[in-house]
Amino acid sequence: MAIWLTENSKIIVQGMTGGEGTKHAKRMLASGAKVVGGVNARKAGTTHLDLPVFGSVAEAMAATGADVSVVFVPPAFTKDAVKEAVDAEIPLCVVITEGVPIHDTTEFWAYAVEKGNKTRIIGPNCPGIASPGASNAGIIPADITTAGRIGLVSKSGTLTYQLMYELRDFGFSTAVGIGGDPVIGTTHIDALQAFQDDPGTDAIVMIGEIGGDAEERAAAYIEQHVTKPVVAYVAGFTAPEGKTMGHAGAIVSGSAGTAQAKKEALEKVGVRVGKTPSETARLMREIMQAR
Amino acid sequence: MDLFEHQAKELFADYGIPVPRGVVAFTVEDVRKAAEQLTGRVVVKAQVKTGGRGKAGGVKVADDANDAVAKATDILGMDIKGHTVHKVLVEEASAIAEEYYFSFLLDRANRTFLAICSAAGGMDIEEVAHSTPEKVAKVAISPLTGVDRAKAREIAAAGQLPEKALDGAAELIEKLWCVFVDEDATLVEVNPMILTADGDVKALDGKVTLDGNAEFRQKDVFEKFADKAAEDPLEAAAKEKDLNYVKLDGNVGIIGNGAGLVMSTLDVVAYAGEQFSGKPKPANFLDIGGGASAEVMAAGLEIILSDPAVKSIFVNVFGGITACDAVANGIVAAFKLLEDRGEAVTRPLVVRLDGNNALLGRQILADAALKGVELVDTMDDAAKRAAELAAAGV
Repeated sequence: MAIWLTENSKIIVQGMTGGEGTKHAKRMLASGAKVVGGVNARKAGTTHLDLPVFGSVAEAMAATGADVSVVFVPPAFTKDAVKEAVDAEIPLCVVITEGVPIHDTTEFWAYAVEKGNKTRIIGPNCPGIASPGASNAGIIPADITTAGRIGLVSKSGTLTYQLMYELRDFGFSTAVGIGGDPVIGTTHIDALQAFQDDPGTDAIVMIGEIGGDAEERAAAYIEQHVTKPVVAYVAGFTAPEGKTMGHAGAIVSGSAGTAQAKKEALEKVGVRVGKTPSETARLMREIMQAR
Repeated sequence: MDLFEHQAKELFADYGIPVPRGVVAFTVEDVRKAAEQLTGRVVVKAQVKTGGRGKAGGVKVADDANDAVAKATDILGMDIKGHTVHKVLVEEASAIAEEYYFSFLLDRANRTFLAICSAAGGMDIEEVAHSTPEKVAKVAISPLTGVDRAKAREIAAAGQLPEKALDGAAELIEKLWCVFVDEDATLVEVNPMILTADGDVKALDGKVTLDGNAEFRQKDVFEKFADKAAEDPLEAAAKEKDLNYVKLDGNVGIIGNGAGLVMSTLDVVAYAGEQFSGKPKPANFLDIGGGASAEVMAAGLEIILSDPAVKSIFVNVFGGITACDAVANGIVAAFKLLEDRGEAVTRPLVVRLDGNNALLGRQILADAALKGVELVDTMDDAAKRAAELAAAGV
């Protein structure tokens, strides 16, 4: 079992004909994901990677029954691409693009809300979502882990891979990279809720980092609503105030958004927080072995 | 990118927002000229990108040019929360009747924009919001509908601004919204927004933060307002090479792939460093991203080696999209590239490769037998070894 992405998911790629789109569409196909087509208004009617290219998300959905879109278009065009996916009411839209202006993300999020939240948006600036052994929408390497019963939600791509790899003997139901931008679609809380409700998930790894208060809010949610065991990792204890650390959202402003505050909030509600990624994996290992 | 007050006001003036007349001055001679030109009472304001300037003594009223020079002598060179004052803004003194607070900002938690308005201006708004929350209006702003004059008036009224200030405040707020949207700002703050004795509403201060992600479509303003003098030379050199680098104050150079993993590497190194003499700490943040080609690896190593504080280097890569053999080949090629340039790597390098093709990558490095390069299998152990080498090299 998995959340949001299953073996039946049919994936289209917005920007499939571009460099990144081509590279990762190939990787998704190689991993066994059902990629059924691409979208590029200027190349509608052609084929790419032996797959049909459509003029719009709506056309692609009508022709293929696609229910997931992965967006690889450049930052300047991401807002329009996501709004198009929202207009087509595709159930899941995964935005990989890094460097999308905050005003654009805030606008397409407001647009999705106004249209009744029919499209779940993951990202932007994220590695996507993978349900090992079932499907893969984004750039998460498929071959570093196995299918299993751990759920993972993370702001960081490579830390996601690190944990998926370290815990590959137990395996994962679904790993969701929600992205490192200040404004994102799907949040830690959305994923925690879905994993709590997923009969195929026994325990949850949550990875956070400096900036904002998403982890603190997730902690409050866990206290109220999550009964499955959660272990967490927070990156950025040594990050200086006022400096953006790689991710646009990873910044400590004054005394707000520190890793220490996030760790304390999580520990206060009984979540065990690893000091290093490997220690976090060990904590999860103990939980899974005790089951 | 944060702007200086004088830059924010320059931007405001472009949008027709009333601000006091003012001149930027770098020396006391410039201050004298500015004060003479402005005539009458002036305010000398330290230009630093931090709050609490007034409390720190960085904002002073002067009666005339001589007094302005005296005040500027105190302020120039002053340290405010770690920021040295290199320039001041000399402004005509305003006849203040009342002071208000206003800002537009990004509300990360609610994924929308927020207008904050209060009749209690001129002080720390977080303190006001904490002690008397009823005095601070927070109004959510949809990016789809934005702020027109009527909405601006509604916000001013919600902030309990008096009737006599509403029209002027509404006009100013509407224009600030244009600044916020058209310049891709994530913060536009005016504290205080004042009502003058003549009944005009003006921006007496200005704080603006621009979204770095929007630089590609805001090139002019980023170019114009870049603070090149304050840039760390290593950070500037890294930026030239398109590297994602932040200078820190330790002695273990860090290279990794992915922002989260690199942040985590800094923490793990600092944590491991606690057990060694001198407590080695990370010297930098450097994310070489997914590609990790030989050129990027060489550029990264070059930047790190040009930092004299660096005693050891930790290359921490998880092969996800990038395979570890490509990274290993990148390191080997980078060593050769630097050696050919006469910049051979002499400081010890600890490498941890995991994930895709890790065994192959480790084999490549073992076969190359590069001087000073050690392979360690796990991130925690590699961090410890890098810290140990830095401690030994101090």
